[in-house]
Amino acid sequence: MTEVLKVSNLVKRFGGLTATDNLSLDLRQGEIHAVIGPNGAGKTTMIGQLIGELRPDAGTIHFMGQDITAMPVHQRSASGIARSFQITSIFQNFTALDNVALAVQAHDGHSFRFWAAARKDKSLREPALQALEQVGLAHRADITASALSHGEHRQLEIAMALATKPKLLLLDEPMAGMGPEDSARMVRMLQGIKGSVTILLIEHDMDAVFALADRITVLVYGHAIATGLPDEIRRNAQVRQAYLGDEAAAE
Amino acid sequence: MSSASHSSAAPTADSTRLSFIVGLVLLGFLGLIPILSVAFEDPFLLTLFTRIVIMAIAAVSLNLILGYGGMVSFGHAAYIGVGGYTVGILAFHGVHAAWIQWPLAVLISGIVAALIGLLSLRTKGIFFIMITLALSQLVYYLGNGAFAYGGDDGLNIMKRSDFGGLLNLDNRPTFYYLCWVILLATVFFVHRTVNSRFGMVLQGAKSNDRRMATIGFPVHRYQLTAFVLAGMICGLAGVLTATFTGFISPAMMHWSRSGDLIVMVVLGGMGSLFGPVFGTVAFLLLEEVLSSWTEYWKIVFGPLLVLVVLFARGGIDGAMVRGQAGTLLAGCAAFFLLYGIHTAYEDEWLIPTLILVAACALVWVAKWAVDRKKAASHD
Amino acid sequence: MLLIFEQFLNGLQIGLLLFLLAAGLTLVFGIMDMVNLAHGSLYMMGAYFAAVFTEWTGSFFLGAALALPAGALLGIAVEVIALRTLYTRDHLDQVLATFGLILFFNELARLMFGAGGMTIQTPDWLQGQIMVLPGLPYPSYRFLIILVGLLCAAFLYVLVQRTRLGMLIRAGASNREMVGALGVNIKQLFTLVFGLGSALAALAGLMAGPVTTVQIGMGDNILILALVVIVIGGIGSLPGAFIAALAIGIIDTMGRAFLPNILGSFLSPSEASTLATALSSMLIYILMAAVLVLRPAGLFPAPGR
Repeated sequence: MTEVLKVSNLVKRFGGLTATDNLSLDLRQGEIHAVIGPNGAGKTTMIGQLIGELRPDAGTIHFMGQDITAMPVHQRSASGIARSFQITSIFQNFTALDNVALAVQAHDGHSFRFWAAARKDKSLREPALQALEQVGLAHRADITASALSHGEHRQLEIAMALATKPKLLLLDEPMAGMGPEDSARMVRMLQGIKGSVTILLIEHDMDAVFALADRITVLVYGHAIATGLPDEIRRNAQVRQAYLGDEAAAE
Repeated sequence: MSSASHSSAAPTADSTRLSFIVGLVLLGFLGLIPILSVAFEDPFLLTLFTRIVIMAIAAVSLNLILGYGGMVSFGHAAYIGVGGYTVGILAFHGVHAAWIQWPLAVLISGIVAALIGLLSLRTKGIFFIMITLALSQLVYYLGNGAFAYGGDDGLNIMKRSDFGGLLNLDNRPTFYYLCWVILLATVFFVHRTVNSRFGMVLQGAKSNDRRMATIGFPVHRYQLTAFVLAGMICGLAGVLTATFTGFISPAMMHWSRSGDLIVMVVLGGMGSLFGPVFGTVAFLLLEEVLSSWTEYWKIVFGPLLVLVVLFARGGIDGAMVRGQAGTLLAGCAAFFLLYGIHTAYEDEWLIPTLILVAACALVWVAKWAVDRKKAASHD
Repeated sequence: MLLIFEQFLNGLQIGLLLFLLAAGLTLVFGIMDMVNLAHGSLYMMGAYFAAVFTEWTGSFFLGAALALPAGALLGIAVEVIALRTLYTRDHLDQVLATFGLILFFNELARLMFGAGGMTIQTPDWLQGQIMVLPGLPYPSYRFLIILVGLLCAAFLYVLVQRTRLGMLIRAGASNREMVGALGVNIKQLFTLVFGLGSALAALAGLMAGPVTTVQIGMGDNILILALVVIVIGGIGSLPGAFIAALAIGIIDTMGRAFLPNILGSFLSPSEASTLATALSSMLIYILMAAVLVLRPAGLFPAPGR
């Protein structure tokens, strides 16, 4: 199997705090790879480095065999890494369709085109609508984003990520703040797109993680203490102690 | 804004139709001014509206970056100065051909905008406001120090730009129509631009520039391009100003002129196609009318501005889009009420005092209303 | 050498006036996140109040003593009536509304005090010169400005570093929510700080009055300089404002004093002075642009901002 993403010995320090501690991770083509860990385990810092907003102090990141450790944010995005935000950050004044079309546009050459009306451009609108259909939001295409519900914002986020036809999708807590109903819908939706894109999933909702993930990496204090199949992780004593202990007991 | 919860927050084609039609009618009406000026034998009308049309071009250009791009440039008047000085300096050295003067003025305005933009776009928020202000002050003092061209006294332009036999700019209606056509072209250009792919990026960056980078846009390049375009158009407005008044001086790029431009855009409605045109017409007409009543007109205009900022954030265009005919009517009614008071009592002292008291009362009532609303929303 | 020292004192004097103005501005900016362009108007009104009260009482010091509370009260009135609602708005709104206030105050001053401008008479004993160094006479009034400016700076230092109010101000500058969470009456704190800033602005205005003339719009240009000061110094930072204000005062004065001589070697005197004035003003803005590009948060940003 080819590795889509290979993270080797990544280190990031903030003053005295080591947020990412010699982290290594690899993602295989088409899998959903979940990263779990208690609060403060350094998940968001890791995402920041993968996306290019944070520069690691040491270590390398390879994407599709290419070293992207020093690549700026927009170039990583252009080469096929998409991200959904932990805090919903769509464009509130645009309609749902506009939001996704903008994401399509980002990957359709430069945007120094000053004349033709972008909202009538089929090469933007059609893929955008397709992505909305994929996440089950097509019927809300013309609604202003600010008028959508929280769950719908999350779906829209993922549609925007999918619309760019990414090779790797980074999902940062897609279920955060969702009720059980919305969560279940999100899980079904992600199961639907599983296989078509490699996904790195960061999530607190353990039911969702175990329902979706092919492999799981457990992060504690910025260090990966275990990686394996969901069953292996469930049985791993070290993981139980460090993290799953309470919840495993509760099950 | 409270309207954000309504689906009308994003102007769709329908909800903007009223302001779109009013905008077109206004532009058409502006085209009739030379005729009206002749019909009413009022040459001043033409002078006033020439000024209005030129400032509207500058305001429309500022709206491109302020309204659509979210870049609060507090130094936009600098380009009026750069455009004007280019024409003035060339004329001073005996170069009168418009084919040289005008493109060069636009080009130099663009270069200055590129330099200012490169530096200021590294910053955000209040620092962006401050650095654009500082850099435009730099240009202002450059004009002050240009002793060869009059320093702070300014410089007279003896001969207007020469368009060969094509246009005679000494003919006032001809010059007016030239300005009017340039305004139409500017509005149309901005309309196409903001709805193009480029415009989508610009507006996306306004609402969330960090996100724009993660979906793959090199945001700065687009913002800088818009900044330069706006500077070039505003430079052209500067060319027209210099040609119109036959005079250039640093005063045309004083920071308060940049403030006036922002006021025009916000008064008319930021990020709307015709907003800056509405705003310029309203601003300069108010100035004209109020200053004909009392020389202390700004004592009314200042609090009025505060009221607009506090309560009519969408400006004139916003009031039309939200169908707040009442707000607009109340504004007009207040205007005519004051006019009535003025004609009834022609005492220079009384009127401003009355207006002052009325304005203070208004601010008080408005503030009280806001506090109540806030208190209610806290419960 | 003596000439340089004399110009240094002039620069110090202008810098300290600038600091008085900038101090209020940076406190308001730092704590309430509020850009107040009308701060320059409070400076102007302070000068006018002093001019009127001095004429009225016949004593400069009585006039000043009356003008200070008048300035503070005016500031508090402005805060309560208009600015309070603006704290939560974005900076563009604040810039616009306070820009409107500038128009208002300039016109109000013209209406109340006439367009001609006023002068403030200082007592005779302040009109002479004193020897600050052997062989260096210096105008007593300007020397007084330096003394008062330094005293105010010391007062502010003690106030901010040593008192409970100062503790709240410092906390507010780095974390507003926290101060609110402490159960402090934020509204009162804001009004108090605003009144303090207004009094300082009025003090700067009334002290500048006898040196310059008291006129419409006198606050507009110095306001821009004060904004430059707080941006260079770091928003919310009093020490930053102090250092930046002195630097700007000295750069400006030195530029005006010595550039004409340098330029005069190849330009006519009037050309040289025109260019020198412009160049020394430009230096300030170049300095600000350079600081913002290299250190976007200013030289001494308040911690936590």
